Amino acid sequence: MRAPADEAELAEAVAGAEGPLAIVGGGTCGVAVAGEPLSVAGLSGITLYEPGALTMVARAGTPLAEIEAALEAEGQRLAFEPPDFRSLLGTDGEPTIGGVFATNASGPRRIAVGAARDFLLGVRFVDGTGTVVRNGGRVMKNVTGYDLTKLMAGSWGTLGVLTEVAFKVLPKPAASGLVTIQALSPERAVAAMAAALGSPFEVTGAAHLTETPGDVPGTMLRIEGSEASVAYRLERLAALMAPFGNVAKSNGADWARVRDLTFLEGGDADVWRLSVRPTTAAEVVARLPEGARVLLDWGGGLIWAAVPPGTDVRGAVGPLSGHARRVRGGGGGPRFPPEAAPVAALSAGLRAQFDPRGILNPGLMG
Amino acid sequence: MEMPAPDARVMARKARIVQRLQEAVPSGGVIHDPAETRAYECDALTAYRCPPLAVVLPSSTAEVAAALKVCHEEGVPVVPRGAGTSLAGGALPTADSVILGVARMAQVLEIDTASRIIRVQTGRTNLSVTGAVEDLGFFYAPDPSSQLACAIAGNIAMNSGGAHCLKYGVTTNNLLGLTLVQMDGTVVELGGAHLDAAGLDLLALVCGSEGQLGVVTEATLRILPKPEGARPVLIGFGSSEVAGACVADIIRAGLLPVAIEFMDRPCIEATEAFAGAGYPMCEALLIVEVEGSDAEIDEQLGLITQIARGHDPVEVREAASADEAARIWLGRKSAFGAMGQLGDYMCLDGTIPVSALPTVLGRIGEMSAEYGLRVANVFHAGDGNMHPLILFDANRPGDLETCEAFGAEILKLCVEVGGCLTGEHGVGIEKRDLMSVQYAPADLEAQMRVKDVFDPRWLLNPAKVFPLGASAARRAG
Repeated sequence: MRAPADEAELAEAVAGAEGPLAIVGGGTCGVAVAGEPLSVAGLSGITLYEPGALTMVARAGTPLAEIEAALEAEGQRLAFEPPDFRSLLGTDGEPTIGGVFATNASGPRRIAVGAARDFLLGVRFVDGTGTVVRNGGRVMKNVTGYDLTKLMAGSWGTLGVLTEVAFKVLPKPAASGLVTIQALSPERAVAAMAAALGSPFEVTGAAHLTETPGDVPGTMLRIEGSEASVAYRLERLAALMAPFGNVAKSNGADWARVRDLTFLEGGDADVWRLSVRPTTAAEVVARLPEGARVLLDWGGGLIWAAVPPGTDVRGAVGPLSGHARRVRGGGGGPRFPPEAAPVAALSAGLRAQFDPRGILNPGLMG
Repeated sequence: MEMPAPDARVMARKARIVQRLQEAVPSGGVIHDPAETRAYECDALTAYRCPPLAVVLPSSTAEVAAALKVCHEEGVPVVPRGAGTSLAGGALPTADSVILGVARMAQVLEIDTASRIIRVQTGRTNLSVTGAVEDLGFFYAPDPSSQLACAIAGNIAMNSGGAHCLKYGVTTNNLLGLTLVQMDGTVVELGGAHLDAAGLDLLALVCGSEGQLGVVTEATLRILPKPEGARPVLIGFGSSEVAGACVADIIRAGLLPVAIEFMDRPCIEATEAFAGAGYPMCEALLIVEVEGSDAEIDEQLGLITQIARGHDPVEVREAASADEAARIWLGRKSAFGAMGQLGDYMCLDGTIPVSALPTVLGRIGEMSAEYGLRVANVFHAGDGNMHPLILFDANRPGDLETCEAFGAEILKLCVEVGGCLTGEHGVGIEKRDLMSVQYAPADLEAQMRVKDVFDPRWLLNPAKVFPLGASAARRAG
């Protein structure tokens, strides 16, 4: 394992690499790549935090926990709600902020505020030749040149190794509340969530759980804001949902099991995520193999499915208005979805430019 | 402002190129008479003009692809054009180039409120996207000042923002999918009605690439439910610096208004003379807007005015009715028109960290005296996106050059305090040669390598974004 202490050492390590490198942040995302491990953990620390400007800059190896603690102290947070999949994937280690952005890890609040990529303001990275590149900055609005910053988000270390990230943070609201509806079919649940997300009540989470085949499914809607505002909107939202079934409302909202998929920990099922047009979610769920355990997030736009090992999920659901990626397990086709030829050509072209030797996490994304 | 010399070989083949374009675009819409191409000689950066070789206005993605294929085969540079409202010269042609405009492609292709998306052809204007969904209770969030005229194609090319992006984000945060035609005519579909990329986020790369990677003909946009209500408060201050400090305090307090707009005295005076919105005469004012139910608005505005009162405001004016709200916005929305009445102006677009507002406003005031040119400031303060307007006289020899030098100094200052050259207008030709102030050669090289992938011959909008010297070798190929 190579573990450079700073950006210059990391650049040197990449430039001098004689074969493939497996880029490691906290090692928590459960992907195995052939190559010499290159750890970014040595590049750690928050370098700038301006609560009044809602911005933070940190080295890529900074533990997520350290970032979250610093934000918590100022009443702020990472609004895109990065999930913690350690229990789901059976990994340990400390998730890093670089890993969060490199994998565009975004939780239930993505539906309301945007994904990790939407919060990323600037990056420094080392490309496959060992050259240090800077893009973006630390301001909210920036159209100065091409947006390599967002390209790096979700590129899984295949275009470059992130060394520093600048990102937007948001104030943490004072209160939250929950509206739940019991026993809806996936179709009705998606319709209820669409009605909620199409209302002016600023729903920041819309999920539907069918955890086990025998379970009574539950649909959850989250509201956040000031105490008075949450109380008002909970009331209005519950009234709006009444035609869909048995509605309950409560204060506070525990979203960890939606965010982290804790109900799927253990077992040998493969876990897939399907990103789809929300209105197609129920049809897609109906085409999943018998016995699949399913969670709908993002109002139906994100389907989590636990299926028997080796299931060819893409084959089972057929053509999607969206795409499917395997998150846990090793069978059923490539992890990342195959792309249409013109898109694949552009992606391959970019990889050839940024990593001409093909040494950064080779083969991970295709 | 230097533009590359036109390629005489291309210009000599005009008749043949026009004929091939006419064949490629059977619906008509090829303009080649010099009397008519003049209408396309500039965009909203009117200081620079040059009629193109020809203009082609296709009416479908297939026609765009056919036209681009012809230009690719003929080696003709292509300048994509939305509505021609770029303030950065993004749609400025060269004499050897073909303007490819999407103005005839303005249809709504699909509305799906349950999935919260609309799909449109990109010649559609920004405001008419909202127009198509507003009866259904939805709106399209990015709202550039030119929204009545500007096209979605240009919004995507420049990653446009607007007054309300403090809460809702800019174009890239509201764009879910698009159809892109590459220079060689290849049609690429990116994204769709789902929320994230299957592989590399090429959608994010195309958004803001200033028409250099392809021509975007269709777009899937995120639409949002309209809030229950919205109401602004106007707060006047004794100095720009104090107004700047108040902005940071509002954000620091955990409040997230949909907009925080700033105007200084020169701008207030010009606006009052022009629109008569009834603004207080003071050194600086903020317009802060919040959304929600009446009670939610009252709560938020109560907190905001409480913070403002800690900064010794000269006036706090809450809108008590829709009419009063409209009057508060009237001045802000007429600001650019009002400044135009005073003479020629250059509008800058640098963004700075909010915490640097007081310092930067102070420095701009000093520089204004040094250069002998007046400056008015009107901008989106909540996200630090400044719009200093430098007044000059285009008929006075040397004034434009002095103004440009002054503008460059302001943008360098923005970069120096941790900001950037442009927050929402784009680089175009205007800030092209300042790119090396913000980026090192390796940073620019990385960006140019992206264009190498999408447009290997550098035919699409070639002399923009990158300093001419930096892109010379590629453009020559």
